[in-house]
Amino acid sequence: MFRRLHEGATPLPFTFEGEAVEGREGDSVAAALLALGHDATRETGVSGAPRGPYCMMGVCFDCLVMIDGVGNRQACLVPLRAGMEVRRQRGRRKAGA
Amino acid sequence: MKRLSDVASLREGYDLAIIGAGPAGMAAAATAGGRGLSVLLLDENPGLGGQVHRGVEASPLAAVPALANVPGAGRALAQAAARAEVEFLPGATVWHLDAARRIGVSAGGAARMVVARRVIIATGALERPMPIPGWTLPGVMSVGAAQTLLKAQGLVPEGRVVMAGSGPLLWLYAAQLVAAGHPPALLLDTTPRANWRAALPHLWDFLRSPYAAKGAGLLARVRRGVRVVSGVASLAIRAAPGGLEVAWPGGTARADRVLLHQGVVPQTNLAQAAGCELAWDKAQACFVPRTDGWGETNLPGIAIAGDTAGIAGAEAAEASGHVAALAALHALGALDGAARDAAAAPHQAARARWRRGRAFLDALYLPAPGFRVAPDEAIACRCEEVTGAALREAVRLGATGPNQAKAFLRCGMGPCQGRMCMLTVVETIVAARGVAPGTIKPLRIRPPVKPVTLAEIAAMDSTEAERAAVEGR
Amino acid sequence: MTRAFDIAVVGGGIVGLAVARGLAGRGLGVAILDEGDVARRASRGNFALVWVQSKGLGMARYGAWTTGSAALWPGFAAALRAETGQDVSLAQPGGYSLCLSEEELDRRRAAMMRMHNQPGWEPIPWEVQDHDRIARAMPGLGRDVVGGVFCPLDGHVNSLRLFRALHASALARGATYLPDHPVRDIAPLPGGGFRITTAQGEIEAGRIVLAAGLGNAALAPMVGLTAPVRPQRGQVLVTERTAPFLPHPVATLRQTDEGSVMIGDSKEENPVDEAVGPGVLAAMARRAARMFPVLGGLNIVRSWGALRVMSRDGFPVYDESETAPGAFLVTCHSGVTLAAAHSEVLAPMIAGGGLEDSVAAFSARRFDVPSAA
Repeated sequence: MFRRLHEGATPLPFTFEGEAVEGREGDSVAAALLALGHDATRETGVSGAPRGPYCMMGVCFDCLVMIDGVGNRQACLVPLRAGMEVRRQRGRRKAGA
Repeated sequence: MKRLSDVASLREGYDLAIIGAGPAGMAAAATAGGRGLSVLLLDENPGLGGQVHRGVEASPLAAVPALANVPGAGRALAQAAARAEVEFLPGATVWHLDAARRIGVSAGGAARMVVARRVIIATGALERPMPIPGWTLPGVMSVGAAQTLLKAQGLVPEGRVVMAGSGPLLWLYAAQLVAAGHPPALLLDTTPRANWRAALPHLWDFLRSPYAAKGAGLLARVRRGVRVVSGVASLAIRAAPGGLEVAWPGGTARADRVLLHQGVVPQTNLAQAAGCELAWDKAQACFVPRTDGWGETNLPGIAIAGDTAGIAGAEAAEASGHVAALAALHALGALDGAARDAAAAPHQAARARWRRGRAFLDALYLPAPGFRVAPDEAIACRCEEVTGAALREAVRLGATGPNQAKAFLRCGMGPCQGRMCMLTVVETIVAARGVAPGTIKPLRIRPPVKPVTLAEIAAMDSTEAERAAVEGR
Repeated sequence: MTRAFDIAVVGGGIVGLAVARGLAGRGLGVAILDEGDVARRASRGNFALVWVQSKGLGMARYGAWTTGSAALWPGFAAALRAETGQDVSLAQPGGYSLCLSEEELDRRRAAMMRMHNQPGWEPIPWEVQDHDRIARAMPGLGRDVVGGVFCPLDGHVNSLRLFRALHASALARGATYLPDHPVRDIAPLPGGGFRITTAQGEIEAGRIVLAAGLGNAALAPMVGLTAPVRPQRGQVLVTERTAPFLPHPVATLRQTDEGSVMIGDSKEENPVDEAVGPGVLAAMARRAARMFPVLGGLNIVRSWGALRVMSRDGFPVYDESETAPGAFLVTCHSGVTLAAAHSEVLAPMIAGGGLEDSVAAFSARRFDVPSAA
């Protein structure tokens, strides 16, 4: 779990795995998920092993999630927006999603 | 600074394109702006700062008294860049660069190709991989990642935090956690004791460098507030009920989060894709692009500034950004040779000052071979889940370097394009073969250096000949 | 001390390894002389089709040779698996050439007809199918596809696993793999055999097989042979791993067993290097997205360029030296499709008495005769 040192930023509602949750203005999607206690944000397409954000700078591709129906997005690079639907990337992406 | 919001607002061509808005890129923009040239600054992040000054423009730490000085370091530079007469496209992924200085840029799901008369690559550094068993488990992150969360979102890890590794950033972040009132439970220092012998000859230069003053208090502050175990020679992490367990010779510890770090290395993928030559740097144990004093590479019109040209730290990166921009201004006819040299002199002196102490840090914090080579059971390539054992099997089959190993095992074929594995693969192969890393060429990198959609690539122009090469059957 | 082998194979790509494996299987002491980690390796850049439908216009014998190799492939793949544990993921579900205009389809159909009307042609099954028929077999087919050619013999493999399996099989059969041994010179010895000068010293071999791809052009004259081969660049785009959605390979587009979609249908003559260019990649991407629009949203994670090894007429060259007995030449641009034939048919010929009449049509002597076409 990560804790916010400062609670001033505007709350942003979004959903993770269909559940209504909240991040903050200025969060990346990955930061918001980590602040909510979600360390495992994908299952790999090779072995299905759970993974989560590792580098937070767009390099490692371990924070891949599905955002608004589009798979394999780098959660650490996508700024959180209100109303986003975020899901774990489970295995290989499906063409068209 | 004119902030652009999409690739549609880019011009077709620029006099100068600067790729990366960290200290080197911001400095280059500040120097190059306002000289009557068209200058484009590109960065993947939403704002200026790069990784080291992440969040500098709107830091959540400004409201946290104990850490309010953290964003201070890059503020003046960011303000100088923001005042500069340049165009800045944040949130932009640069996925193509070639010797003709064509730059493939993608933002918000749309791509464009722009051409620049001069290019300064300032893609910075990334953390050296630390291929220990369990480093892919959820809950294990790099120290740099945790610090990004601190700088950009004001987030600190809760629960039992174990930090492990070596290098200045490890101690800096530990000190920041101490200051924030959330000290880590344990710091496992993997700095090899034998490194002191190699570092001592550089101690005098270090003590005269600005690094000494910066670093001295840091270690003391951390040691006062955190349990530190020194001389840790190996590490493994495994999942345990309700969390993680870290094991080292002589101890184990439960952890809610493990943060790993063992220094930084140049982020060279874009330079490699363009065709810049690299050479193995023994002192830093990584590949470094060949550049001259102005940052010029083997490719005409393409220069490299900052840590991409060899790790020297943020201050030296800033100085080299100014120097590279002055060289570009001269090449573009905006500055004569004498003016360039005069303007560059103070920056070159500053760069030398900061570099002076670097040899000591390089020698002291060079990770032990055991932390650079993947053990059998550890994953070397995170994307394709290739282990140290698989790499040794590939060597047995005849692989002599990372390119053949990639063909055998797919290591380096995933979306990260070898960023997270190339050094581990190279060091594991040379250790298995008993040869020096300098005898091996790096992984061949081709565009796109970051994933872009097929539709974005399809939107690029083709000449008649290029179309005929595909359709002329 | 000079190392001595029964036979040396120059070239450690798919062609050289397939031949070396076959030779080692006949009990010969084989050395595979290869370049290093960085080399012009067509084997690392191939498209991995086991492809029949378009092979043989201009040389009927090549059609039969190709069809024969495709038929050998299931047994070849099974043997590789038994010897190395590597599953090369052979699938031969039949494949398509897709056409994006009536004109393209007419051209394709005419070429197929001409091929099948050649004297000596051994018939293969194929048919032209229209959009709707193909769409039933290939869901997600783009509206722009007017039709195509289907051949039930076509298939594909995992070519990187094939590359690795050939290495492992050759080693398991006792071959010696010598990387970082580029060949500088070959000298036939007076009493028979060859002295081969490499970057790492000299090697002696009773016989020698040149399977060095484009490198053959320079090596062949050293043993009294000619290898009229030229580089032709091909570029390939590769998507992220995706759940299976393309049940058949297409000549220019296939989904691997690991999930990536490979896209490649460029041919560039006189290339200066193996670089990729955004213009060609874009043209390929546009055609691929017209064939299967869903591809447009997939991420491209890699691209590459590689040099095809093209002979003057595009067909393989298999030859045996008259002036330097025991020297052989093997070169082609369809090393994956022909791997089974190279390993199971050609190599035994080389190990035995020499090239047989069944492959005489592939001699470079064909280029000495003025072409009627």
